[in-house]
Amino acid sequence: MTGAAAIQAASVTPVLTQRWPHQPWKLANYERLDGYAGLRQALRQTPDALIELVKQSGLRGRGGAGFPTGLKWSFLPKDVGAPHYLVINADEGEPGTCKDLPLMMVDPHSLLEGAIITAYAIGAHQAFIYVRGEAVHAARRLRQAVREARAKNYLGRNILGSGFGLDVVVHAGAGAYICGEETALLESLEGFRGQPRLKPPFPATHGLYASPTVVNNVETIASVPFIVRHGADWFKSMGTEKSPGPKIYSISGHVKHPGQYECELGITLRQLLELAGGVRAGRSLKFWTPGGSSTPYFTAEHSDVPLDFEGAAAAGSMLGTTAIMVFDETTCIVGATLRFIEFYAHESCGKCTPCREGTYWMEQVLRRLEAGEGTEEDLSTLLDTCDNIFGRSFCALGDGATSCVVSSIKYFRDEYIAHVRQRRCPLASHASAPLAAQGVH
Amino acid sequence: MPRRVYPTPRQPLDEGALIDDANAIIARYPAGRSRSALLPMLHLVQSAQGYVTSDGIAFCAKLLHLTRAEVAAVSTFYTMYKRRPTGEYLISVCTNTMCGVLGGQRSYDELSEQLGVGHNQTTADGVITLEHAECLAACDYAPVLTVNYEFFDQVDADKAKEIVAQLRAGKRPHPDRGGPLCGFKQISRQLAGFDDAVVGGHAADNDNLCQVVGREAGDVAGEPTLAGNRCSVATADRDNT
Repeated sequence: MTGAAAIQAASVTPVLTQRWPHQPWKLANYERLDGYAGLRQALRQTPDALIELVKQSGLRGRGGAGFPTGLKWSFLPKDVGAPHYLVINADEGEPGTCKDLPLMMVDPHSLLEGAIITAYAIGAHQAFIYVRGEAVHAARRLRQAVREARAKNYLGRNILGSGFGLDVVVHAGAGAYICGEETALLESLEGFRGQPRLKPPFPATHGLYASPTVVNNVETIASVPFIVRHGADWFKSMGTEKSPGPKIYSISGHVKHPGQYECELGITLRQLLELAGGVRAGRSLKFWTPGGSSTPYFTAEHSDVPLDFEGAAAAGSMLGTTAIMVFDETTCIVGATLRFIEFYAHESCGKCTPCREGTYWMEQVLRRLEAGEGTEEDLSTLLDTCDNIFGRSFCALGDGATSCVVSSIKYFRDEYIAHVRQRRCPLASHASAPLAAQGVH
Repeated sequence: MPRRVYPTPRQPLDEGALIDDANAIIARYPAGRSRSALLPMLHLVQSAQGYVTSDGIAFCAKLLHLTRAEVAAVSTFYTMYKRRPTGEYLISVCTNTMCGVLGGQRSYDELSEQLGVGHNQTTADGVITLEHAECLAACDYAPVLTVNYEFFDQVDADKAKEIVAQLRAGKRPHPDRGGPLCGFKQISRQLAGFDDAVVGGHAADNDNLCQVVGREAGDVAGEPTLAGNRCSVATADRDNT
């Protein structure tokens, strides 16, 4: 997509967020804004036709991996004698990612409507929404929506007279980032420690209770009713060829207006920064993440990379969850990376040795580097550790932990070296905190 | 004597008071899959005692036909199950990279110094437990802290200390999202899936009193679109329909 086209694209009518200004968490408002119209349309079609529709739309998972949603649904075996389950991953916790909580808070019925359509398509009569424990407010809002939907027969044994029945349970987690990994989430939902399973077999055949299961992200499921109502071609008219559709980009950090920005996939950081008012006054962009802490850093030179699955990958990072964390030049790269690694060390479930030990030792090395007590050899130690973590664990948590380390050394080796040679952090501390720096409070 | 993973509570767990709720939790899950009830059940026993005790472990084990070791293995895995008595208010300050850089670390440090407690420790008066939290998925409002998991957005060190001062004075400042503050035991009950545990009525109803601020109708995409997530009872729209 060219720059001009993309800017124009950025100002099209919002899709996922179109109801947000109208208090859609109130069911009457949601219904007035064509809420549950997609469900009525879907129930008149066959499940297979719906799966085909979502396949044709090109919708890809919004939880980070970007797997084609319709294809995932089509993997569920039929007639195996086990019930099918739909599990919605609302365990939002990837640093930088903050799109699903507002979506559930503002427009919970859009998630429910998508869940009912999806369950109908895959033949599931039981769905679970696994909400991270710390998001009590979102779980409360969802439970309220479920109660309202039940009262209006959008949920129940015979939904809108279709003969199709579905029950939705909102299940709160208990504080573990790893449960955002789909098999760890299933373990947790079954009442175990949230530790990932070896794949294959995949959840499509051996998921919840070893039964065929679809696990999808909140934003993915909330996209489904719009596809049902407007069609695959409409969906593909947005975004790029291989990454179609709208996407909520979460912009945080050193920008003028942090927030949720719904744009077509393929928009660039330069355009997003324009929408968000630019980097805060008097400062310039130093580094940023395209999709949360598990995606390698980008710098100002990547400002025109198209942010779709292909574009981000081609430039050496990943689209992830489109969590754009923006840091200006007051931010110490070593300190920022250390904090991410402390996070991964804390959240590693401990099952696989490379991840458990690797994140622990990287934390120790980064800590001494940040304190000005490191050596230049520490850099090769870090990179060597990353080599021994990447690709050697059951899930992607360990892989994600290497992203910030490898990319920070790639782009900011000089700053690491400065920490070693000056025996301290070369940056003035606290300047990165805008409230303090501006003397606002 | 073997070292106990979980302390014996001063007051034994009143199992009779919890049994109906526990069965209601188990009934949410498919027949024969009662173990799925374990996480909400642990929130439930925490709502009775303020932390997970040896009694709470035994209660879960008995109802779900598990061993106490199996239950303890699960409860020790998750951060939100506390192993020591927790204060009336659990203050979680996000110190992950984004919040940390924007002032969260300073808030945590100053609160820690002022309260005289470190991570996961409780003030002597039993009012406040402090912890530093990992990413709370609110980076657009960084730096954030939560009180009993209710969010206070864009909190610098001074605002953090003001919130704590109010709590210690017996007041309950209103969070920036959702319903009014409640005690740690009551929020644990909500985590177990019950919406009847909030002072002043139903939490979800109170959430519905929130006023949308931010984007107005007709604005194009690209404006900050977190409308509805920012709540204020002061400007509440009391029409619940």
